[in-house]
Amino acid sequence: MTENCSRHKVFIYALSTCGWCKKTKELLKGLGVEFDFVDVDRLSGDEREKARNELKKHNPRGSFPTIVIDDGAKVIIGFQEEEVKEVLSG
Amino acid sequence: MSEEREEMLRRMEANAHENGYHLCPDKELLDTLIDGLVSNEKRYGYGACPCRIASGIKTYDSDIICPCEYRDADAAEFGMCYCALFVTTEVKEDPSKMKPVPERRPIEAQDAAMEALDGKVDGKEKSALPASSSDTIPIWRCTVCGYLAARETPPPICPICKVKADKFEPFGFGK
Repeated sequence: MTENCSRHKVFIYALSTCGWCKKTKELLKGLGVEFDFVDVDRLSGDEREKARNELKKHNPRGSFPTIVIDDGAKVIIGFQEEEVKEVLSG
Repeated sequence: MSEEREEMLRRMEANAHENGYHLCPDKELLDTLIDGLVSNEKRYGYGACPCRIASGIKTYDSDIICPCEYRDADAAEFGMCYCALFVTTEVKEDPSKMKPVPERRPIEAQDAAMEALDGKVDGKEKSALPASSSDTIPIWRCTVCGYLAARETPPPICPICKVKADKFEPFGFGK
């Protein structure tokens, strides 16, 4: 079954060094969920600020990882295994 | 394991031991966190928290240099620090208690650091934290040996005489 693959638009705000971000990416891969992500610590200047401002719209604390689903219809902050499975593998 | 990873692991192990904590029981996560600290030490010159965004300007990142200023408060409330590098004995014995810790660092601190990095702030020596949260810090006194600790919560064990947190009493506030 691959029908869950493209049902949602999934974007992750992450950091290249963050263990919980890595776990989150691996969880999504394991569930067969397609996603885009950005490692914000690898950006600089305007690019980084643009990403941070977008992130803060969905998560005012600006923490990582933050998963933005369907342009913000649903936002999951931190590695929330159960919630991710519930929302994305259904 | 590279020498710098081993050295970082040793340093953090010693710090955990001194403060009554344990290192992350999830071995894979621990490896990622140690790698992250080594990467940050290389690119910033100090081990900023791998799970937070750092600016590379030490004054602005000082609150998130591992072990971060938020560790003890998070360990007291959630049994582990924000990134889970340090956990309490309770969480070590039952790692299923590991749950995401909400970010305690004020967003203003992150914003100030990023603004400074982009050169939007003139005053270079501004504190990374809003004045309200760094004005005063509680002081705790060990009632057994007299050791004083300036931090949000009493240390889990006294680093000098090894008694537990409940032997500490408030001892006013420091700057």
